[in-house]
Formats: sequence, C-alpha cells, structure tokens
Amino acid sequence: MTFPILSVIIFSPLVGALIILMMPADRKTEIRVVALMTAVFALVLSLWLYLSYDQVAAGYQFIEKYDWMPSFGISLHLGVDGISTPLVLLTGVVMFTGVIISWGIEDRPREFFAFLFLLASGVFGVFVALDLFMLFFFYEIAVFPMYLLIAIWGWVKTREYAAMKLTLYLFIGSVVALIGALAMYFNSGFGTFDMLILETANFSPEFQKIWFLPVFLGFAVLGGIWPFHNWSPDGHVAAPTAVSMFHAGVLMKLGAFAALRVGIMLLPEGAKFWAPLILILATVNVVYGAFIAMIQTDLKYMIGFSSVSHMGLVMLGFATLTPDGMTGAGVQMFSHGVMTALFFAAVGMIYDRAHTRQIPELGGMMKALPWVGYTFIVGGLVSMGMPGFSGFVAEFPIFMGVWQVKPWVATLAVISIVITAAYIMLAIRRVFFGEMPKEFEGHITPIKTIDKVALGLLSGLMIALGVFPGIMVPMVESGVENVLRLLGGA
Amino acid sequence: MFTSSMIMAILPELLLLTLGLLVLVFDLIWKKRDGRDLGWLTAGGLLFILVLSAFLAKPATSMEVFGGMLRYDMLGYVFKMLFIFGAMITSLFMMDSEKLGNRGESYILLLVATIGMNLMASAADLVMLYLAIETTSIPMYILAGFLRDDKKSTEAGLKYLLFGAMASTVMLYGFSLIFGFTGTTALAAITGFSLPLAIGVIILIMVGVAFKISLAPFHFWAPDVYEGAPTPITGFLSTASKAAGFAVLMRLFLGLFPLGSEYALMWTMIMAVLATVTMTLGNVVALSQTNIKRMLAYSSVAHAGYALVGVVSLSELGVGSVTFYLIAYVMTNLAAFGVIAAFSKIVGSDEISDYAGMSRRNYGLGLAALVAFLSLTGMPPFGGFVAKVFVFAAAVKADMIWLAVVGILNSIVGLYYYLTFLKVVYLHRMEGENEEAHPIPLSRPYAIALAVLSFAILFIGVIFGPWFNIASSAAQGLF
Repeated sequence: MTFPILSVIIFSPLVGALIILMMPADRKTEIRVVALMTAVFALVLSLWLYLSYDQVAAGYQFIEKYDWMPSFGISLHLGVDGISTPLVLLTGVVMFTGVIISWGIEDRPREFFAFLFLLASGVFGVFVALDLFMLFFFYEIAVFPMYLLIAIWGWVKTREYAAMKLTLYLFIGSVVALIGALAMYFNSGFGTFDMLILETANFSPEFQKIWFLPVFLGFAVLGGIWPFHNWSPDGHVAAPTAVSMFHAGVLMKLGAFAALRVGIMLLPEGAKFWAPLILILATVNVVYGAFIAMIQTDLKYMIGFSSVSHMGLVMLGFATLTPDGMTGAGVQMFSHGVMTALFFAAVGMIYDRAHTRQIPELGGMMKALPWVGYTFIVGGLVSMGMPGFSGFVAEFPIFMGVWQVKPWVATLAVISIVITAAYIMLAIRRVFFGEMPKEFEGHITPIKTIDKVALGLLSGLMIALGVFPGIMVPMVESGVENVLRLLGGA
Repeated sequence: MFTSSMIMAILPELLLLTLGLLVLVFDLIWKKRDGRDLGWLTAGGLLFILVLSAFLAKPATSMEVFGGMLRYDMLGYVFKMLFIFGAMITSLFMMDSEKLGNRGESYILLLVATIGMNLMASAADLVMLYLAIETTSIPMYILAGFLRDDKKSTEAGLKYLLFGAMASTVMLYGFSLIFGFTGTTALAAITGFSLPLAIGVIILIMVGVAFKISLAPFHFWAPDVYEGAPTPITGFLSTASKAAGFAVLMRLFLGLFPLGSEYALMWTMIMAVLATVTMTLGNVVALSQTNIKRMLAYSSVAHAGYALVGVVSLSELGVGSVTFYLIAYVMTNLAAFGVIAAFSKIVGSDEISDYAGMSRRNYGLGLAALVAFLSLTGMPPFGGFVAKVFVFAAAVKADMIWLAVVGILNSIVGLYYYLTFLKVVYLHRMEGENEEAHPIPLSRPYAIALAVLSFAILFIGVIFGPWFNIASSAAQGLF
C-alpha cells in the first residue's frame, strides 16, 4: 500500500485545527507555532505531490478510493491531474504565507486558525475530489468558515454586511449547482457520484443544454463571473489579510475549477452550446473589472476588482475550449493566486502601519518598506502580463486561444492589459514613491523577518514560473488534453 | 398466546414502563435529595433501554403482532430508538431546570409520552393509533404547562391542550369515516375508497397530522407553546414529538394510499403545496423574530416542510431520506435547545440580543451553538447537510424539481437568520461589560448532553453511509 498522500493533505489541516481548538486560549504563542507547523507540513506535502506528479504518464494520479456509502454510489475517491496539482500547491503556499501574515492576530487566535484550517481542508478536498458528492461536501466546508472569519476578524466598518453578502451569494450558487448535480446523478442511471464514471454518461444534448448553465454559473459565482461578482470586492476588503489572501488567492480558483470539472467536463455538449455566452460574460469581467479597478481609491478595492478582471481571463480561457486557451487559464489560476496573495499581504502590511488604504493619502513607502515595495512591483508586473513573469506565461496563451475562436473578442479583451498597466503603475507611483506624508513618520516600522519569507516566497514563485514556464506549463497541458478528449478532441 | 417476537415488539415500551414505575417508587423513597437523583436515574435508565433494545428489539422481518394492533418492523424500530435517545437527552436537560428537574412527575410524564410515541410509530390499527397519539399528547400538555407560577407556561399548556384536542377530534372524525365506509380499522385491510370518501379522509386526517408536525396553516400553536413551555420540554416537543408525527404520517398515507393507487397523486399534491407554504412561511417569519425560542419555533415549522418534501416524492429513497432527516434534525434541534436552556438558566433571558458575547463567556457553549446552528443551516460536515441533500435528491428523482428549488431558496433564507444568531454569539460584545467577568458555568448534565449531541451531529454528517442504510431499511417496510 502506498502512502495516501492526498487524504493526508486534506486531513492534516483538520487535525491541526482540532489540536488548536483543544489548546488553552491564553497560550497564544504556542497556538501560532502549532498553526505554523501544520501549515509547513501541508506545504511540504503539496510540494512533494507537485514534484512527484508524473507529467509523462499524465491522467489522474495518486488515486485513492474508499467506499463511503456504496448503496448511493458515494465514495471518497481522490486523485489529481495536471490542472489540479498546481492548485494544490497553490493552496499549500497560501496557507503557509497566510499563517505567517496572521501572526499578529490578538483577538482569539485559537478560533481564527481553527476556522482558517477548516477552510483549507475544504479547499484541498475540492481540488482532489473525484466524486461529485464529496466535491460538494468539501465545497460547502470551504465556504462557511469564510462567514465567521470575515465577520469576526474583518474590517469593522463593512464586515457584517460583506460577510453575509458573500455567504448568501456563494450558498445560492452552490445549491443551484447541486440541483444540477443531482439531476446528472439520476439521469445517468449509473447510480454513482463517481465523476470518472459520470464522464462516460453521454447525457442527451437537450439535458446538457438545460443543466450546463445552472451548474457552470452556480460554481462560477465563486469564480467571480459577471454579473455575479458583486460579493467579491466587498468580501476582499472586509476580510482580514490572511483571509483576503485565501479568498482571492484560492477560493476564487475553487469556483473556476469546479465549474470546469463539473460543468465543462461532465456536460461537454452543453459547454460547446453555451461557450459563446460564457465568452461574452468573461469578456465583460475582464474589461469591466479593469475599468472599475482604475477608479478605486481604496487599495484593497482596487485589488479586489483587479481579481474580478483576472478571474475573467480564467473563464475566458475555459470558454475558448481550445488547448491554448485552457492551458493559459490553468496557469493563470496559479499565477493569479500567488499574485493576489502577495498583493493582499503587502496591503495588509501597509495598512497595519499607516492605518489607511486610501491611495491618495499614502506615499513614499518604498524607503520605509523596501521589501513590500519591491515585491509589490513584481506583483504589478505579473498583473500587467510582462514577459519574464508568470502573468505573461498565463495570459498570452489565453489571448491566443480567444483569437482562434473569436478575434473580435480578443481585441476587446486585450484592452484590459492597457488599463491594468495604467492602474497598477498609478498605484505603485502614489503609494511607494513621492513624499511620505508627515503623519506617517515614525509609524512605519520595518517588517519582520518572517514576513520577508512570505513575500519572498510568493514573488520568487512568480519569477520562477515566468523564467522557466517549463516547470508548470507541460503539466497543465497534460490535464487540458484530458478535458479536450471529453470535448471530442476539439 | 404469547410468542417471543411479541415480547420483542414491545420490549422498549415494557422497559420504559418499568423505568417509569421505578422513578415513581424512588420519588417516594428518596425524601432528601439534591434534585438530580431522579434525573440521573431516568437518563441512565433510558441509556440502558436504548442499548438493550437496539440489540434485542431489532426485527428480522416485518410482521403484525397482537392481533394486528402493532406492526413489528424496521420503521417502528428506527423511530423508537430515536424517541428513546431524544428522551434521554431531554432528561439530562431537565435535571437542572428549575421547578422541573426536582419533581418526579416530570420524568414520569416524559417516559409516558415516550411510550406513546413508540406506539405511534408502530401502530397498525386506527384505534391503537388514536390511543397512542393521546398517550403522547396528554403528558405533553401537562409538561408544557408544568411551571404553574409562570403565566406563559400556563398559557402554553392550555393553548396546546385546546389546539391539540381540536386536531385530535378532527382526525378521529376521519378515522370514523374510514370505519363507517369500509368496516375495518386495521390499516392493512382498508381498501376501496370512493372519491368523496378519499377526499374527506385525506383532508381530515391531514389536519390532525399537520397539527402534530406543525405544518402551515396548522402551526399557530407552535411559537406560543414553544416560547412558554420549559425549554427542555420545548426541545422534546419540537423533535421527538414531531418525528412521531412524521412516523404516523408515513404509515397512514403510504398505507392507505400507496404509490400507484388512484388517490396517491391527490394527497402528494396537497402535501407538496403544504410543504411549500410551510417552508416559506416558517423561514420568512423566523427572520423577524427577536426571541430565540420563537425563532427556533418558526425554524422547526420550516424544517417540517423540508422533511415533507421527502414524503411527497413517494419513493423508498424519499422515506429513507425523511427518516435520515429526522434523525439529524432531532439531534440538531435538541442541541440548539440545550444551548438555550443552559444559557437562559444562568442569564434568565431568551432574547437574541442578550446572547452577545456568548462565545467569550463560555467557549464550549459557543462551539455547541455553532455546530447546532450550522447543522440547521445544512452545512457540512454536520448532519443537516447530508439530510438536506438526500431530501432534495428524492424530490429531483421524483421529477419534482420545482419543489427542490423551493426548498433551496428557503434554505438560503434560513442561512440568513441562523448566521445572524451566530454573529451575535461570536461577534457582538456585551455592552460596557467585560465578558470574562460574566462566565456561563455549564453544569455536568448539560456538558454531557451537549458533548454527546455535538459529536453525534458531526458523526452522522461525516460517516453518513451506515446511518442512511438504517434509515432506508425503515422505508422497506412501507413498500
């Protein structure tokens, strides 16, 4: 029997959460250390998983299957392919950096880390689940801790409103998708929730056309698809730093990933039928998100809307249904996850010191916080899609794919790159250069060494992927091939 | 002539009766006591009965015993275990309840009500069924009004009695119609409905059952009674008593008008409409409640609606999922009422706003509230999630997608008010006070009961396979 690495990855945060919950509340340092150890453990495992994934063999690997409820065809069926492996690594990275960034939380750190790890467990579960029922199970687990994390530790002004809005949106999306999943289960006649078997169900085209949209959009709500993106910037802003990182870095990928896995892979005919609509919605995401980001004065809102814009690129890539577009989308999920995590970490560090996130009020941060400044610029370059950074590796193929399908859409969507460059550069100039306002002097203390580790890791990953696309692109391609096979070798 | 299966069929009831007599005797013997002795005796006795009957009273095949008065089958077995479990937890909650826990009568009434519920779940004859319902109801009327010095409790008792008597009368009239036209009271033998008779019977019996499980528009008693009755009793009323109503509902309607019979569509359609109204009304009205007991009263109205979705899908999957739903719901709602009982015992208030800062005042109680309310919402990894998925799955399978959609829209409304309560518990602070200076000590019975329930909710939510198999084996007796 081989080492069940996937279930260990899923359950290690859970075990960490349980240990933390049992510790006495006043032992804050010990709680943080246990949290960090759990996160390191998960990171090492996910890195190991990434490195030992066999790109040549491709397909689903590290498969584990345990019967959970045979009479209903539910099993704990786990496995990763070329698309989900990078996402597991991403989750490990964000979990690790998130714990580091949250070191300073003083209000009930025990509950905070426990809820955060419960969330992480759910996220890992969705990425590796090959059983539709389990996918929903983990998906909901990933959603509800968000409410508490935002409502309790969030930004005082908007947290109650934003937390409730976010939860309601995501819950509605997921239950709509759930009905679709149940319809698939009964329509297939196989009596199983196993997605590898449901893939072969050959649902009738009518069935697929009816159910693709609820399933895809239900999940894509979490991916921030227009016009259901509204919860996301509010949620980002209200959440505490580590939760923003998780939320924009990983959770939004969860939506996109599930929309791909359940929507496109199980209902390929429906996907072909509705692809033009998704293409248009995603284009609106990309362009509209970028425009709205440009007029924001709050740094966190700006990044929130830029996430909407970048996640639009992921959906755009999926909707092309071409090898280039989908590979780009796969890489973009990883690249954007790392990039937003970095952005939110940096903004969190600035806010903790300056107590404002208003771009016009900030300035001259480069001298006081050089680490934050340099890494933020790296993130900015990724965001703009500069060659040599991961953003280019991801966005270029997406636009190539879109061009193959609908050149005019590509032309439209490319505008976003210009706008992105505009708002990112404006923000960098105003926040990091120029004169530092008088009132900040003396307040801007240097960041701690562990913070540098987090920022360094995140920006290092983006540069590494930009310089050596070979460390990820072939893997994603192997996953995309499988999706295209289901689409009929398009 | 007695056979061993006849004894086994009523073994839980016999044991409950014995326990009741024991409590009665010890109530007289133990003159000086701290008030908890009888509670521990009841709870321990119920645990013993639960374990013993779980092993011994499990039927191998379905059969009718005592001249067709009772059915000895899995449906009855599963529900009986559920009622005994509910009574056990309730007796733990009762122990530290003022003017309730130190009185022997309250435990005896609880045990008698449990016997009645057990018989409700296994009755196979209309006469037996009616007797069982009354055996359950009369002790519950008294328990609801048990706090004689409390105006609200007295009002609750009286209101429950009046509404209950009314509903029983209407149902009895339905039974008399059946007997008058078909000449028999044995459920299995009743056939040959004419259309007017079927309409009359369906409506009359439905009124009676709808009262028991608080379906709209027969739910008006629920909020007042739930608010006024002692909190542990409210918990029992909203869980075990409701589950018993569902057992009767399934036995009666699936027995009289089974799948494929000519009137099956008629009653399922009526019930589908009732389920829609009940879910919507319960959830929407719960939104505006400021008293936690009233909020949970409306929420339990809504939950009856969800469970009904499984019944109307009229399939083995449907009945199995209703049974599973009820198992999960009984545990969840008991936990919710347990939290409220423990809280109001110290704080003396049931207003939601007074729950501010509760998680800081007692960390464990906060976690128990979290588990219970998230399970009510239908979030994994708690029991409520799987229960809801299966009920909606049954509706989708029966091509009643609209009903599943209604249910889902409603669970979103539910999400809102459950989360609002959790927000008060976790996020809000006591005004101008330091929470650490106002801890909420949890006495041992509460701690045990809440720990058992939280674990059980988590357990059936994660390892749901075996539980669902038990629940669906209950369905096999009906198809």
